[in-house]
Amino acid sequence: MSGKPKLHYFNGRGRMESIRWLLAAAGVEFEECFLETKDDLTKLQKDGSLLFQQVPMVEIDGMKMVQTRAILSYIAAKYNLYGKDLKERALIDMYVEAVMDLNELLMTHVAQPADKKEEHFATIVDKATNRYFPAYEKVLKDHGQDFLVGNRFSRADVQLLETLLTAEEFKPDILAKFPLLQSFKARISNIPTIKKFLQPGSQRKPPLLEKDLPKVMKIFY
Amino acid sequence: MAGKPKLYYFDGRGKMESIRWLLAAAGVEFEEEFLETREQYEKLLQGGSLLFQQVPMVEIDGMKMVQTRAILSYIAAKYNLYGKDLKERALIDMYVGGTDDLMGFILMFPFLSAEDKEKQRAIIVEKATSRYFPAYEKVLKDHGQDFLVGNSFSWADVHLLEAILMVEEKKSDVLSGFPQLQAFKARISSIPTIKKFLQPGSQRKPVPDDKYVETVRRVLCMYYDIKAN
Repeated sequence: MSGKPKLHYFNGRGRMESIRWLLAAAGVEFEECFLETKDDLTKLQKDGSLLFQQVPMVEIDGMKMVQTRAILSYIAAKYNLYGKDLKERALIDMYVEAVMDLNELLMTHVAQPADKKEEHFATIVDKATNRYFPAYEKVLKDHGQDFLVGNRFSRADVQLLETLLTAEEFKPDILAKFPLLQSFKARISNIPTIKKFLQPGSQRKPPLLEKDLPKVMKIFY
Repeated sequence: MAGKPKLYYFDGRGKMESIRWLLAAAGVEFEEEFLETREQYEKLLQGGSLLFQQVPMVEIDGMKMVQTRAILSYIAAKYNLYGKDLKERALIDMYVGGTDDLMGFILMFPFLSAEDKEKQRAIIVEKATSRYFPAYEKVLKDHGQDFLVGNSFSWADVHLLEAILMVEEKKSDVLSGFPQLQAFKARISSIPTIKKFLQPGSQRKPVPDDKYVETVRRVLCMYYDIKAN
């Protein structure tokens, strides 16, 4: 039965957050079912809802979709945020995969052991400012357009904005050397659907605090 | 200028192997440039060929593509191995995500200490037999078709075969509880392009050895210890 997409995850960012961003950017309303305890996860596993026993899982268009990338690709294609042809798709995929690599580093920081945290933080800043941000800054500089690919809003813009904001939560001046990324950030944040998602009361989730980590771990381990 | 795709990577499996499999399955001839020295890598970096300073990189259709999944998606779509519509694509993406996760457990295996290797071998087998193989076994059983998606050969079939063979290298009888997967393996291995790729002399790479590990560490200056995840 067609209805709003329904997201199954814990009440936090994790791997579901990019999906929330993309649905919101596309102006698609969605529902959420939060896992609170291990039993909640076990129940989903036992009733065959999770192809590989894992979340994220999104009920959408009669499917129980799993695998974050598969879900994001489906949403992007369905809502025309995936470029106009194969070559634009290729660029979007390249940009998005790298953003996801950086996002993975950001996401895993909270779970680093205490003696590794400082080194991990340094790695994040190094990779962000020496590998990833320069690449996107150059893309924007070279074509001078408002959006990353094809002069048109796409999932690449959404996912990059998400990661830029998360990186700033780590280090507020992390964009200091990247003027085009700063203006990109302002521009994309102003898109009505995105602007709405960035306001308090939206389904955007706050960063996971270290004190909340044990509760999340209990669900999965 | 249209020509054969050209792959830039080490002379070994790593993240490039799935790309070799898919090109081969699609019957596409490709060239390879193997990174042996740090200088070669730095030359690629300085030439601006590596968008995020990393390999794999594949020159294809006038693009210098990076990011393994981006490259695989492009090849799959170009050679009609990506299903006929959005829903088939969604299934293929889900299945490929699973086999990618499974092969991810094997990816860093050569870099582990001897002790960690034994632990990781057990993890690989456990994940394969309790999480991933049962899922694909059920998919095949439920629809009774020859291929994973849409009764048509796709990227999902190539990727699953690759994963099965890799896990079998860690435990040769790992498919013993999975009759559908055994038949699937035989069937897909018989497809002419795949059969050719599985023969000696093809561009398929062997199980990574210490020489491969040494090359990667040297070229990437990656001398820190790798721990299993």
